[in-house]
Amino acid sequence: MAQQINVFAQNQPGRLERLTQVLMEIGINIRAITISGSEDYGVLKLLVDDPPKAFEALQVEGFSAFMKDVVAVVMDDQPGGLFRVCRALGERGVNVEDAYGFVVKDRQTAILVIEVEKIPEAEEIVTGAGFRIMSDEELYSL
Amino acid sequence: MHQDAEYWNPEFELLDREAIETLQLQRLKETLERCDRSPFYKEWFQKAGFDPASIASLADIARLPLMDKATLRNTDPTSFLTVGMEDIVRMHSSSGTSGQATVIFHTAGDINTWSNMVARCIYMAGVRRSDVFQNMMGYGLFTGGLGLHYAAERIGAMVIPAGSGNSKRQIQLMMEFNTTVIHIIPSYALYLLEVFKEMGVDPRRDTHLRIAVLGAEPHTEGLRSRVQEAYGLEAFNCYGLSEMSGPGVAFECPEKKGLHVWEDYYLLEVVDPVTMQTVEEGEEGELVFTSLCREGMPLLRYRTRDLASTYAGDCACGRSHRRISRIKGRSDDMFIVKGVNIFPMQVEKILLAALGIGSNYRIILDTIESKDEMRVLVEVSGEMWHGEVNELNRLKAGIAEELRREILISPVIELVEPGSLSQTEGKAVRVTDKRNQARRD
Repeated sequence: MAQQINVFAQNQPGRLERLTQVLMEIGINIRAITISGSEDYGVLKLLVDDPPKAFEALQVEGFSAFMKDVVAVVMDDQPGGLFRVCRALGERGVNVEDAYGFVVKDRQTAILVIEVEKIPEAEEIVTGAGFRIMSDEELYSL
Repeated sequence: MHQDAEYWNPEFELLDREAIETLQLQRLKETLERCDRSPFYKEWFQKAGFDPASIASLADIARLPLMDKATLRNTDPTSFLTVGMEDIVRMHSSSGTSGQATVIFHTAGDINTWSNMVARCIYMAGVRRSDVFQNMMGYGLFTGGLGLHYAAERIGAMVIPAGSGNSKRQIQLMMEFNTTVIHIIPSYALYLLEVFKEMGVDPRRDTHLRIAVLGAEPHTEGLRSRVQEAYGLEAFNCYGLSEMSGPGVAFECPEKKGLHVWEDYYLLEVVDPVTMQTVEEGEEGELVFTSLCREGMPLLRYRTRDLASTYAGDCACGRSHRRISRIKGRSDDMFIVKGVNIFPMQVEKILLAALGIGSNYRIILDTIESKDEMRVLVEVSGEMWHGEVNELNRLKAGIAEELRREILISPVIELVEPGSLSQTEGKAVRVTDKRNQARRD
């Protein structure tokens, strides 16, 4: 199963710099990053090429980090792709807690990363709707 | 009562040292005799091998062990009683203490004695029957409100029982009823200045204020000067604690060179908080009080944890009752915010319950816009969440709510990264008080 890393960070100058420096120093490549913020703190979500290694390094550096299971859906980079995934999940009552997407190959392939409570069920729904779930090896080696 | 007299109780206020000590010894003997009727003290005396009848001098009190808040917390308060429960007319409980609240029971005589003592204090400050006394302290379990209320009524002043908070209303009351005296928490007095400004009222020009009784919170000389200057009045420092009935245990005379401890009511000892030995006159130490007039629930050798020093010599005001300095600090880690006593342990307890694990935290006290502000910084560790920002928001709101319930004020909660509060050496600093720096202007 694919995993991303969630990290707690205070909303202060230099924090993002410190975090990315830690990852750079151990040669981690970041595929995607999102920040969900609150007034004085936020949670960074990182999709990286080696989650266990990144997780360990961040922990050693004192960050409050988590390995979080996610579903990576492969889509055509075309209008309506995201709509069809969301409709399939919505019809079966699966709530998407958080999601983000990124393009792998221009106008051809995009990846939608979703966080849901019931992962096996979501995978089954998405596959049933004709989408492919990307394996973790494939995702990390993008 | 002729209110042009200079003293409220000249027969007691003007006693010389020798007469004060003679009276103290007599009252101490009576108190000990009375204590021998209480289940708690009976056992306390027995354990200490102390015979209450053996007291021959004031110094003999040192043969009894000291007692502190823990003693009160861990003992059924009724076991202290030297009278039947039917003789008790009121109870008070200390504000926001750690763990169980401490309870003090009062007989009608105790309330009468206390009211007279506080009346003596404010009469000394110049309050008279023609005054309008706006009591801006909390009424209720807290002793500050009722203590001064009864005293001002006893003098014959008109009391406005305004209670705490509701700032605009406070100012409206002052204007409408020509308030001349206020009883107020010093940090609130500063805050209220902002509200005066907002309302376009100048307390110097537009009110009749002439006296402020500042109580419930240790404060600096600088803060007093600011209050006097901005309000155009004379401010007097009031010291007390609920265990010794409440406010008025010590009070400033117009000389304002220390606070007179009413030694006909209390026996004062100043001890080294580590060795428990009496310190030299003028040296800083912890204040220890023995009540000499309390009927219902006398307290013997009670450790206040308040640090102060005494002033030597007689006061120009004519009173020989010993004077203490402003309170310089605490011998434990208790702190006071907006008049509420708070222990770091209380915060720790709430965090532990809310987070399920111990967490590094720090309490920061500051003065923001002339108001006390309490911030609690909590380190977010991996054990307390699962990676979602909503969880943290809920956690923060939950901690704030639980703390508000426990300590009755609402601190600002800040979640910080692990390790940001750690220190390399020494005992963890739980409380950083920046308020005094801010006020030293």
